[in-house]
Amino acid sequence: MFLCDMKLGNKGIVKKVKANDNIIKRLLDIGLIEGTLVECVLKSPFNDPKAYLIRGATIAIRDDDCKEIEVDLL
Amino acid sequence: MKVVALAGNPNVGKSTVFNILTGMHQHTGNWPGKTVDNANGIFKYKNINYNIYDLPGTYSLMAHSKEEEVARDFICFEEHDLVIVVCDAVCLERNLNLVLQILEITDKVIVCVNLLDEAKKKKISVNLKKLQEILGVPVVGTSARNKKGIDKLLNALESKKFNPIEVKYDDNLETAIANILPYLEGKTKNLNPRWVALNLLSYDEKLYNSLKDYLNFDIFTDEFIKNQLFNIKREIDLDIVNTITNSTVKKAEEIANKVVTFNNKDYNAKDRKIDKILTSKLFGIPIMLILLMVIFWITIKGANYPSDLLFKFFSWLEKYILNFLQLINTPWWFSEILVNGIYRVLTWVISVMLPPMAIFFPLFTLLEDSGFLPRIAFNLDKAFKKCCSCGKQALTMCMGFGCNAVGVSGARIIDSPRERLIAILTNVFVPCNGRFPTMITIITIFFVGINSNNIFLSIVILTLLILLGIFLTFLVSFLLSKTVLKGIPSSFTLELPPYRRPQFLKVLVRSIFNRTIFVLGRAIIVAIPAGAIIWLFANINIDGISLLNHVASFLDPFAKAIGLDGVILIAFILGFPANEIVVPIMLMAYMATGQIIEFSNLESLRQILVVNGWTLTTAICVLVFSLCHFPCSTTCLTIKKETGSLKWTLVSILLPTIIGIILCFIIKQLSIFF
Ligand SMILES: Nc1nc2c(ncn2[C@@H]2O[C@H](COP(=O)(O)OP(=O)(O)OP(=O)(O)O)[C@@H](O)[C@H]2O)c(=O)[nH]1
Ligand SMILES: [Mg+2]
Repeated sequence: MFLCDMKLGNKGIVKKVKANDNIIKRLLDIGLIEGTLVECVLKSPFNDPKAYLIRGATIAIRDDDCKEIEVDLL
Repeated sequence: MKVVALAGNPNVGKSTVFNILTGMHQHTGNWPGKTVDNANGIFKYKNINYNIYDLPGTYSLMAHSKEEEVARDFICFEEHDLVIVVCDAVCLERNLNLVLQILEITDKVIVCVNLLDEAKKKKISVNLKKLQEILGVPVVGTSARNKKGIDKLLNALESKKFNPIEVKYDDNLETAIANILPYLEGKTKNLNPRWVALNLLSYDEKLYNSLKDYLNFDIFTDEFIKNQLFNIKREIDLDIVNTITNSTVKKAEEIANKVVTFNNKDYNAKDRKIDKILTSKLFGIPIMLILLMVIFWITIKGANYPSDLLFKFFSWLEKYILNFLQLINTPWWFSEILVNGIYRVLTWVISVMLPPMAIFFPLFTLLEDSGFLPRIAFNLDKAFKKCCSCGKQALTMCMGFGCNAVGVSGARIIDSPRERLIAILTNVFVPCNGRFPTMITIITIFFVGINSNNIFLSIVILTLLILLGIFLTFLVSFLLSKTVLKGIPSSFTLELPPYRRPQFLKVLVRSIFNRTIFVLGRAIIVAIPAGAIIWLFANINIDGISLLNHVASFLDPFAKAIGLDGVILIAFILGFPANEIVVPIMLMAYMATGQIIEFSNLESLRQILVVNGWTLTTAICVLVFSLCHFPCSTTCLTIKKETGSLKWTLVSILLPTIIGIILCFIIKQLSIFF
């Protein structure tokens, strides 16, 4: 499953981080690496972007930016 | 004098710490990206002078956006004796990431774990002593907002115990570093050679250029090193950036696990509940609108009374000033200039413009402090994405409500240069604090009626006007993205900070005070000469007609075609140094050329305008033109500074002006049918 497909309240572990170069650096910055626990906590009124709980911080990410990040649902 | 840098993730309280140490008033706000430029201040502790720099927040030293670059370049390349890394106790793990990266550059680091009060409330405890042992540098705990722990931070400034841990990377990478190190010996000035080696291996163009400038030589011109690097890179065949980050993040995780205890796993449940409502499909957008209207309501309602009082007071005083001037036999022209020119423009700005400005501004600051602004960006990002721009533009627009110049420099938080430029060019469609009172006055005089209590109608009209501005922002962003600034939307990641209770009293007092001083200062610098000039214009005659009339009648045909008149156009043009003088100039010009009407209440203002040919169409056109008023001189200078280009500055002036002209022209033409 991909990060952007997670439903509200879903939790998962990041399996593979793939995105274009600019985005990947941003994601690494906030600590989104393989093995990180993520939880989808918010949806914006138009469903995109969504916000995820990553290492204690709530981070909004666009679906397009995380559509290639694989997660294993817990 | 010792130089100290305050670094850290965004929104962890760096500026708050800075303010306490220096006694200065750097702006703080509960959202990531408030500070976008270095600020420095001086303080003294135990007879040593410190020069401390407040840096913009950054998640890592691989800068992506302009404001992060500012911070990165300072930490890496400026001379400093100490770096204080401010951390968020609630989210320590992610913060340690940056700590570890900075420790790679310099040993002289003090870790300041801030927001301990918030952590305590959320039942999160941090073992500071253990953290200090692990990191090998001084660690102090603070709650900067409550001024707790600052003494410990000051004490730590004298510490001599710096023995930081080193992150060990993948074996291959370590070998690679070891292989390069000998070649760098003696060539890296004050920089840690290991860090330089790491960066040569992970090669980032921008950082490399800064490095080149700092070291004054291009390492890659050294064929030998270049070949070495090339070989090493080929041999280890690793995604180096990924490897480095992975190791740092894992190390941070390991440390955090040892020192942080969560006694309530669900510590942000309350924030989540609020978020669910504020970002819901049903309520998200309406709540934002209602909030805006409530702010307008408080502003208009609150400004009404003081405004009226000041107005009456100044017109009462005017008679006495005139009498007094007569008494001491001042020449007529002098008292005219003084009273009809300077005094009236100045008192107008103070009585009519100042109260709404002084009320609106603190309200917005409260909103900023609560943490609501990033949610606006979150809610609206999809729309911005459709226009191929970035949701953070919503944050720059919010700043624009306070002051367009701040909005323009705030655009640094946007990663992509293209999207940043769009945000800069469209910021003017958000009416700034100086244009609000103009709009409110015209709406009150022309749409609602002065004595009517129908405040709701004013709010609705004002809100519609703001919505038009937002619509124009989207439209222009879209058009720019499809033409001169072609491109696809880049990325958007934004941290949504926890909600914080604003410090009501402090914010109110501080920002009302600041605004008042600021507006008064500007009124004195700008309104006085403007008042004098307009009086001279109106009273110097050529061929029996005043200069003002000459210019006005020259502009008239064009101005009339777009629903305005020559005088209004002159006022808008003269409003370049400060938007708040547009209406007073307009009135001054009308009064100087036409009938003398007693200038004692808002009703008389309405008469002045009506006698000079104002209709409903004129009022609408003035409102729209004011919404599209080209950026004021301060904003223009900021745009020039931020874009570094005269061309874009010119575009930023022409773009809204042309749109304003087109809109007003359409309105005028349509009005003929009614
Ligand atoms: N509860 C609490 N709030 C704090 C503390 N320190 C700062 N804050 C609040 O945290 C928010 C952010 O503070 P700033 O000082 O603007 O943070 P910054 O690190 O300069 O942020 P950027 O400039 O955006 O990087 C503000 O709303 C402060 O009032 C603290 O110790 N406790
Ligand atoms: Mg700051």
